[in-house]
Amino acid sequence: MNTREASLEALLRQRDVEAFYYHEAELLDERRYEEWLDLLAEDIVYFMPLRRNVQYGSQDRAENTREGLDAAWFDEGKQTLTQRVRQIRTGIHWAEEPLSRVRHLITNVRISDTSPEDAGDREIEAKSNFLVYRNRIDDETDIFAGQRTDRLRHENGGWKVAKRVILLDQSTLLAKNLTFFF
Amino acid sequence: MGNGALWVDSDNGIISRDIFVSDAIYTEELKKVFGRAWLFVGHESQIPKPYDFFVSRMGAESVIMTRDKTGQIHVFLNTCRHRGMKVCRYDQGNTRVFTCPYHAWSFSVDGNLTSAPGGLAGVPQYKAIYHDELDKSQWGLIPVAKLCNYKGGVWATWDRNAPEFEAYLGGMKIYLDAVMDHRDGRPGGSEIIGGIQKWKVPSNWKFGAENFIGDLYHITSHRSVDMVSIGPSGAGRRDAPVVRREGGKRPPPFVSVGFPNHGHGLIGALPHYEEADYVPQFTLTPEVEQYYEHIYHARVANLGKQKRVLAAVGTIFPNLSFHGMQPRALFTWHPNGPREMEIWKWYLVDADAPAAVKDVLRRYYLRYAGPAGLTEQDDMENWNYATAASAGQEAGRYPYNYQMGLGYEQPAPDLDNAVYTTAVTEQNQRILYHRWAQYMSAPEGGSLHPDANANLGEILARRRT
Ligand code: FES
Ligand SMILES: [Fe+2]
Repeated sequence: MNTREASLEALLRQRDVEAFYYHEAELLDERRYEEWLDLLAEDIVYFMPLRRNVQYGSQDRAENTREGLDAAWFDEGKQTLTQRVRQIRTGIHWAEEPLSRVRHLITNVRISDTSPEDAGDREIEAKSNFLVYRNRIDDETDIFAGQRTDRLRHENGGWKVAKRVILLDQSTLLAKNLTFFF
Repeated sequence: MGNGALWVDSDNGIISRDIFVSDAIYTEELKKVFGRAWLFVGHESQIPKPYDFFVSRMGAESVIMTRDKTGQIHVFLNTCRHRGMKVCRYDQGNTRVFTCPYHAWSFSVDGNLTSAPGGLAGVPQYKAIYHDELDKSQWGLIPVAKLCNYKGGVWATWDRNAPEFEAYLGGMKIYLDAVMDHRDGRPGGSEIIGGIQKWKVPSNWKFGAENFIGDLYHITSHRSVDMVSIGPSGAGRRDAPVVRREGGKRPPPFVSVGFPNHGHGLIGALPHYEEADYVPQFTLTPEVEQYYEHIYHARVANLGKQKRVLAAVGTIFPNLSFHGMQPRALFTWHPNGPREMEIWKWYLVDADAPAAVKDVLRRYYLRYAGPAGLTEQDDMENWNYATAASAGQEAGRYPYNYQMGLGYEQPAPDLDNAVYTTAVTEQNQRILYHRWAQYMSAPEGGSLHPDANANLGEILARRRT
């Protein structure tokens, strides 16, 4: 491939991943949760650490709680994500009944790691920023900003989220609960 | 202000909505309740090494819990004596000195540089501008009046006249033991899983305290999570349906136990002297199941014929609640204005449990509890809208009903100054608010502990059976 072809290839890849994220956001915002679950790999790791205020120089070590070891907002897999969806579908999950209005804005998509084309499981790392807006009942409004670092896997002609690490830009959570998905 | 009986009618189980929304009551409450009660600050496992610190809260204020060179734990108000700046804006860390960002007064964790731990150690240009005349010994960080490390839990109070912590606990002590002790029955031995969940909820703090002191009635609110089965055995939201063999030893039934003279209460089992039969609870994870079976036999051996209890949920007056069994955790309900609280959640495990066990427990805790927990999400929704609706001008004329089980309390056998009834009752909520009203009534400097048995006597005098 010459440079121009490589650039075009990167552009197409960028477009492809962005389209995937917009589609994912649409499913969540339209409450098509079962279809959203289909976009998650069976072995997905879905992790959102707690974040702490720590002294300069110790951020790398101490700012975020550790996956697989510490407390977190989420540290789970597909089974519990599926249970969350099933709970909403009971119609008596009072924290989401009546349903909240949630909107996902996904931006700043960066594809930072592309595995070789001929790898069996093609995986890439993609980072994106999010702004999630929730409005509930009447005047309840929450805004969540942060970053997702995803491992996307190409399976059966489409992308699946194999890992998602969500960094929420809050230490004390400024919301009463987290009843929706990032 | 100052007369708790205005809002809490314990004889009739009637409580004013005002206590959940009034600014004036809130201001009074910070002074009279949070200024005088024993409050949970943190756990020693959060500051294992010399000079480690953890920033916590007592009531609405920030405090720093530190460990000095000798291993001694201290708790100070997190505010500079010069102009009030917070001397520590980190959640945790390690330092010998807290240097104020504003004018750089510095405070030493150890007492050896200064007259006392937390003392004022450094004042920039002390000679030139204070002319050597500032008495540094008078301007150190403000320490709590009393502090107690009880089985790893660090508790403190601002009240010099408060009883010692164990006296403050009263008969509740054996239930706090059940929460803090190792699952094999050895005293202490638990630790906090790294990271405290902290979140703000538009609810009065008392809704959390009263829910955990004994509201089993609200179980219906959790129907949706029961339906999706998040328990460690794959059923329900807690454990597998208990299948016990014919003629086997069963635990005593769960009841509500309250300590009217102290304001504490819980749902759990009354004292007993023998372990019930082992029931598998982690059937999905054989490694964990094996551990618990092993722990069970160790417990039978360790406790022998000793007295023991079971503590499912409870509240230690005023704002520390616990899940004593599954999912094991401590909560503090910090007041943040009358209509907001900040919940802090501390997850507990046996310190020496294998990593695989800690991992399974941690995952279970996180899917159950906290703001993302499938179970607890619904609690916050209820407390949120209950608080909001407590404020109405018209609604405010109609107090709340706390009459469930009123008059049916029995003296609890084998416990000091305690009552009990069936598990579903509002006995403990009445006890909590009666004690709260006493704190609100007693003037500053007045006695909060007049007659050790007065409250218990009143309840028993109302008995209908
Ligand atoms: S406010 Fe702390 S030194 Fe002035
Ligand atoms: Fe609940």
